[in-house]
Amino acid sequence: MVQLRYFASLRETLGVADEQVDLPDGIADLPALTGWLQERNDTWRTALGDPHLHVAINQAIVKPDCPVSDGDEVAWFPPVTGG
Amino acid sequence: MICVQTDDFDPGAELEQLHSDNSGTAGAVVSFTGLVRDLNEGNAIRQMTLEHYPGMTEKALAVIEQEACERWSLTATLIIHRIGPLAPGDRIVFVAAASAHRKEAFRACEFMIDTLKTDAPFWKKETTDSEARWVSAPPAAG
Repeated sequence: MVQLRYFASLRETLGVADEQVDLPDGIADLPALTGWLQERNDTWRTALGDPHLHVAINQAIVKPDCPVSDGDEVAWFPPVTGG
Repeated sequence: MICVQTDDFDPGAELEQLHSDNSGTAGAVVSFTGLVRDLNEGNAIRQMTLEHYPGMTEKALAVIEQEACERWSLTATLIIHRIGPLAPGDRIVFVAAASAHRKEAFRACEFMIDTLKTDAPFWKKETTDSEARWVSAPPAAG
């Protein structure tokens, strides 16, 4: 089981803030996980295909090819605009 | 110290606290207060809502404080960031650094607010008379 979270404009586009999913066999890194989620429909394909998105695993920003393991919390979000 | 809160804060009281906590050791306290503007991209702003990533936000701010303390000789640091709905003129963020000397305090304060703007997971959504829109991030500095 992995915890998936989506923030700000991405959360609104997808219509979901967070969810728990079982990692399918063979999904072991970020590109595979993102690709699997993009298969849901065109909205997911386009939204998660945005090259400006950041990804955090266990609440720390990671590189695009980072491994994903059972129990991880994975979050996608647009560039930050605080301060 | 780090505070992520919906409530407003009192910059004068925060500075007074930093002063008294560091009395004698700090020769300088430098602070930055960020405010909600009433105009953005030509539109009057009626409301600004701050979303964040609970848990990661606090970790990201702690990393920023730690890096500032490693780079400069500081006696204290403070970062306060508000979340939730805000109105034009409201305070959003407060960053302060105390040091024996002013240059270190100035540089640390600027570093912390600049890094917060690029690394801390906050997102602004502004409401104009005609729409609610997410504020887009400025292009990354080259």
